[in-house]
Amino acid sequence: MDLLLLLQQTLNGLQLGVMLFLMAAGLTLIFGIMDLINLAHGSFYMLGAYLTAWTMGLVDAFLPAIALALLITAAVGFLVEVTALRRLYGRDHLYQVLATFGLILFFNEGLKLLFGPQPIFLQPPAWLSGQVPLFGAPYPVIRLAIIAVGLASALLLWWLIGHTRLGMLIRAGADDREMVQALGVDIARLFGLIFALGAALAALAGAMAGPVLAVRIGMGEDILILAFVVIVIGGIGSIRGAFLGALLVGLVDTYGRAMLPDLLAMFLERTVADAAGASIASMAIYILMALVLAFRPRGLLPARS
Amino acid sequence: MPRLSEMGWRWRILLALALLSALLIPWTGDDYLVKLATRILIFALAASALDLVLGLGGLVSFGHAAFLGLGAYVVGIMFLHDFEGTGFLGLAPSQDIFVQFLLAALVAGGFALATGAVCLRTRGVAFIMITLAFAQMLFFFFVSLRRYNGEDGIALWNRSRGGWLELEDQRTFYYFVLACLVLFLVFAARLYHSRFGRVVRGSKDNDRRMRALGFPTYRYRLTAYLLSAVVTSIAGVLLANATYFVGPAYLSWHMSGQLIVMVVLGGIGTLFGPVLGAALFILLEEFLPDVLDLFAAGAGEYWMLLLGPLLVIVALFARRGLLGVLVGTGR
Repeated sequence: MDLLLLLQQTLNGLQLGVMLFLMAAGLTLIFGIMDLINLAHGSFYMLGAYLTAWTMGLVDAFLPAIALALLITAAVGFLVEVTALRRLYGRDHLYQVLATFGLILFFNEGLKLLFGPQPIFLQPPAWLSGQVPLFGAPYPVIRLAIIAVGLASALLLWWLIGHTRLGMLIRAGADDREMVQALGVDIARLFGLIFALGAALAALAGAMAGPVLAVRIGMGEDILILAFVVIVIGGIGSIRGAFLGALLVGLVDTYGRAMLPDLLAMFLERTVADAAGASIASMAIYILMALVLAFRPRGLLPARS
Repeated sequence: MPRLSEMGWRWRILLALALLSALLIPWTGDDYLVKLATRILIFALAASALDLVLGLGGLVSFGHAAFLGLGAYVVGIMFLHDFEGTGFLGLAPSQDIFVQFLLAALVAGGFALATGAVCLRTRGVAFIMITLAFAQMLFFFFVSLRRYNGEDGIALWNRSRGGWLELEDQRTFYYFVLACLVLFLVFAARLYHSRFGRVVRGSKDNDRRMRALGFPTYRYRLTAYLLSAVVTSIAGVLLANATYFVGPAYLSWHMSGQLIVMVVLGGIGTLFGPVLGAALFILLEEFLPDVLDLFAAGAGEYWMLLLGPLLVIVALFARRGLLGVLVGTGR
């Protein structure tokens, strides 16, 4: 195995990993604190990507465009929480699945109506679209930028939750909702804020995915299911677990797709190895999930119960 | 679902009406209507099978499309090998629908046992996410399976053979599907009131108490999951035959979501409710676009824009579903 290829694939895996973390962090927070399963979280990712494409046309500057898209998505997330999901806390998870499934249909059709069914290709700004030499081979700057932003967001989240008053309330809310409420905290406002924060994180991942992948209807659903795998592996409700799980899933998926066909070719015929490698690689992370669950049903780093 | 002897008059009228209209539809001679009704019956079978785990067991399986797809792929793969004159893993392919039922039951049952053993170690949200993930795994597996046309799927030129039954005939096929559904509903209704059904329902309400009473609830729930998976795969075999097509779309998570929607729309935990739910959902899917087009030309294309909020409203307010509205009490 080529060392350069290995390094490049590691970076690609990290990039997928941090994007998954941005998705999974919001999901796991919302689940850990509100006990709500939110299928529509992928819609915020998609919304972030579409809004960035739209705001780019308005302000013609990448960073302000992303900031604007994040703000709007956070507002939409807050609105969704207040109008619909707030009534579903404490209800059977089945109804949460049903309602958020309905929201997905709504967002998918709504965005199709507004932006058309064709995928949009986001053009990154000049300072992000080049390549830099890395270990003697060119590597896209934008991918490095995504990794940097993802790690910075993880750090920010760690600081927010571990070292601020809001974070203290979030942790307390996850442990004992009634007690926090009894101590005079406006729990409804707190939940709304957390939901908006989660939506903004998903939108950030979507905005960054825009230039790398295409902006299209249904883009949020693929990554949502990967984020579920991440959460299950890491331990539901645990941010640290989400981080570990996201990096694991990102790396395993990327390595699998890049290397399995070659690895299998050592034992099998080339055409068979390519076909089998592609099939197994597409299932690798689910097998990883099954293995983790078989030995640790509560995930690798479970939240305190 | 109450016992037949304990049913109120509203229940009896509803069942009689449903059965009568199901029996009479082919006599309208309208080919389109019969096809639509066949589709409804097949999804009714899948949805009430899902209700075995969803309603009775309280286990929100978000991966039942996997079993539907497995059943359909049994038909597709057998057809393809028969057409090519090649063997499948050294065996001669069979286009006999009863052999395909058996194969589908074996494959789906095996997958259900393997994944169920992992899923059922968890509860609640984790169960939802894991069933979804396993179904998605299978979806990507079939998408990447170039031997069986990957994303494009397999178009069938003929239906499976049913011995002396001429399944190619639309009316015969319709009655065949109806027979499958009625058989299952009768079986499921008996199961509901059996010792097995009581243990599964008890485990939903209070698993710890059932275990303390000495019931190995894990085994009961796994059996319910297995049973539900097998019946759903039978629906998959029928679906492939109804549409003359097999593709990964049958395994997509939208399909799993739709099955859940049918169960809840009709009335969860009632076994018969999902039949009504399937009918309502497919009629909405079929006619809502046309209705919307009446108001504004071209609006029909965006019918899901209306369906989405409708589902939110159903989730928020309608707990007993259509059946609850029609017969009063939920059970």
